[in-house]
Amino acid sequence: MQLTGAQALIKSLEMQGVEVIFGLPGGAILPVYDPILDSTIRHILVRHEQGAGHAAEGYAHVTGRPGVAMVTSGPGATNIVTPLADAAMDSIPLVVVTGQVATTSIGTDAFQECPITGVTMDITKHNWLVTDAQDIPRVVAEAFHVATTGRPGPVLIDVPKDVSNSQMDWYWPSSLADLDLPGYHPRTRGDEEAVRAAAELILRAERPVIYAGGGILKARAAEALRALAERTGVPVVTTLMARGAFPDSHPLCLGMPGMHGNYTAVTAMQRSDLLVALGSRFDDRVTGKVAAFAPEAKIVHVDIDPAELGKVRQADVAIAGDCKAVIEELLVALESLGLGAGGLAAPGSPAAGRPDLGTWMAQLRSWQDQFPLRYDQEEGGALKPQYVVEALREATPDDTIVVAGVGQHQMWASQYWRFDHPYTWVNSGGAGTMGFAVPAAIGAKVGRPDKMVWAIDGDGCFQMTAQELVTASAERIPVKVAILNNAYLGMVRQWQELFYEERYSEVYLSPDLPDYVKWAEAMGCVGMRVESPDDVGPAIDKANSVDDRPVVIDFRTDAFEKVYPMVPAGASNDDIIVGPTQGEGGR
Amino acid sequence: MPTGTSGRSPATAVRHHIVTVVVENKAGVLARVASLFSRRGFNIFSLAVAPTDDERFSRITIVVDVESAPLEQIIRQLDKLVNVVTISELAPEEATERELLLATVQAGAEERGQVIQLVGVFEGRIVDVGREEMTIMLAGAPSKIDDFENLIRPFGIVELQRTGRVALPKLERRAGRLRSVTGGAGTDGDPTIHEAG
Repeated sequence: MQLTGAQALIKSLEMQGVEVIFGLPGGAILPVYDPILDSTIRHILVRHEQGAGHAAEGYAHVTGRPGVAMVTSGPGATNIVTPLADAAMDSIPLVVVTGQVATTSIGTDAFQECPITGVTMDITKHNWLVTDAQDIPRVVAEAFHVATTGRPGPVLIDVPKDVSNSQMDWYWPSSLADLDLPGYHPRTRGDEEAVRAAAELILRAERPVIYAGGGILKARAAEALRALAERTGVPVVTTLMARGAFPDSHPLCLGMPGMHGNYTAVTAMQRSDLLVALGSRFDDRVTGKVAAFAPEAKIVHVDIDPAELGKVRQADVAIAGDCKAVIEELLVALESLGLGAGGLAAPGSPAAGRPDLGTWMAQLRSWQDQFPLRYDQEEGGALKPQYVVEALREATPDDTIVVAGVGQHQMWASQYWRFDHPYTWVNSGGAGTMGFAVPAAIGAKVGRPDKMVWAIDGDGCFQMTAQELVTASAERIPVKVAILNNAYLGMVRQWQELFYEERYSEVYLSPDLPDYVKWAEAMGCVGMRVESPDDVGPAIDKANSVDDRPVVIDFRTDAFEKVYPMVPAGASNDDIIVGPTQGEGGR
Repeated sequence: MPTGTSGRSPATAVRHHIVTVVVENKAGVLARVASLFSRRGFNIFSLAVAPTDDERFSRITIVVDVESAPLEQIIRQLDKLVNVVTISELAPEEATERELLLATVQAGAEERGQVIQLVGVFEGRIVDVGREEMTIMLAGAPSKIDDFENLIRPFGIVELQRTGRVALPKLERRAGRLRSVTGGAGTDGDPTIHEAG
């Protein structure tokens, strides 16, 4: 069967099971847009290419399937660079197809030419410039394979216009052997000896903590993690990328560690004698000053990416492997050491001599009682952002998908939401991409139309990508957006307040310029404004009742509220500041 | 990043390790390797690239500055590049290393004899002769090339080019000392670096 390269590309995407493409056409990608008219794949026309990329990320976050975006050459391609970098940092499987000028024009500075494979070389897991239409099915299959296996990540396929237009003989690679990837062999199973050594360390530890990261979710290992925690009785912290990987309501859950983590999670890691890092990467926002991080802890580090092992902190036991596979192996190893189901140790087994974790758990409980997350919503006082987050949480189903941008609102959402289900939290962690929330929420809603999707956004973030609500209205994607509008680039303002002697430089945005309600309405959404705590609940109820279009609520929140606890950048986690009223925490 | 031609530290300094990377012979692969070094803040001391006996692959011999990053981290990051097929790492004392130097030096009538004599001692060759200049070729271990370069410099160097090193493991030690990273097929979960033998 003879097809054009463009037809082969769309057919290849169909073969991969792609349901939806987020994209925006242009000159160089024109040939590929024609067969979309005849395809089963839904195309969602975004208003800016960055929106396509983040929507595809949101889709991937909640479904576990790769998100697909398609844009044209030159500025179309450069506009999707930020989502690629974002997906690389957070290990999101993303397949981006870019148009390229004709091969005969490459290198001539042709109209809308940009060497996008070069530009994105360091922020994709891999990328391809296709020079022969005959290669298209193989390259698409390779791209999806690379994006979704091993440590997931973004890939890019750059397709010159003449390649799209030329003829090829259709085929489909029927197996991995048909792919041309001689250097790509991701590992999944952990080394048996290392797994056993890890199990032994767990049984010897007096103050262990499981440090669960985003890799748990990527490996679909939430159930395995729960089994491990319950078998061993080891408490779990969930990083920003792992919120929901372990239920917040579980008695062993300590919540989020890190720069804005809660006191108990941060301090449990600091005082621990064993950190079992599962799919986490010792990010600087978690460790604080690395030299002072968890000084007495031995480290078991499990990661599918061998380069993460020893990158920041040398592990005592390093295991390269998929989190789910390794946790299951760990459970087997624990069993063989005598730790049976229910955490009961077989008499005379190595597990029988295990230290009692009761003292440690009591210590953790006392920290939880002494230093809970807290804020004060005064009667008749300014609306507190945390109050809005809690009210949202109470008024929505507990499997609601929450999507955040980046900044104070993101931290309050991660702290004050109660995540009891995996894949209900979508945010930009590593890259910290402002403007992520609105398009990512759209992608999440497309991926999980059965679930309620709330974006909790900041006013600064919202202004960066709000135009995608036009997409949402046009495509009938009923996402809901709560803007925690404090009229500032709030996190920057917080740092200027705390570390720059309250010298506020270029952080003021104004509460009512733009008028968010009118803006929402202009984009086809329902717009509402809430200024007092009493109006929060009714507004949320009204928003929840709208299911045929997007809703935006402009919550006018207290501009002076700050995110606490806080570990100042570069400081030791021992120097955690619990809050303005509680003073310094510490030993 | 590229090798300098003067003021270089002795080539045998221990902070340098040799990493031999077999890559797919595809467009842009060298850029990916070079870009990785720059992105991760690893320093390249010298670099040599050539096709292997299998035309699908090229071999990149990189002398890395292991003071800039732990060698293990460099290798593991390299291994993540999809186009990288295998990586072998050699400590200098475990490698047979060779480098080629081409130098055009000032050699008028008076100095010509001395230059020829020096080239003879080092077993180099005169490959081109002009009225006031000569072009010399010398292949050998990097330390020998360094010595020659220092001795020839006073005559006046017009132009000088070194290739960067290529290396293979020393045979008598090969079994015990070669550390290599394969693509990992079938090596379930093995953390990347295998001691051969």
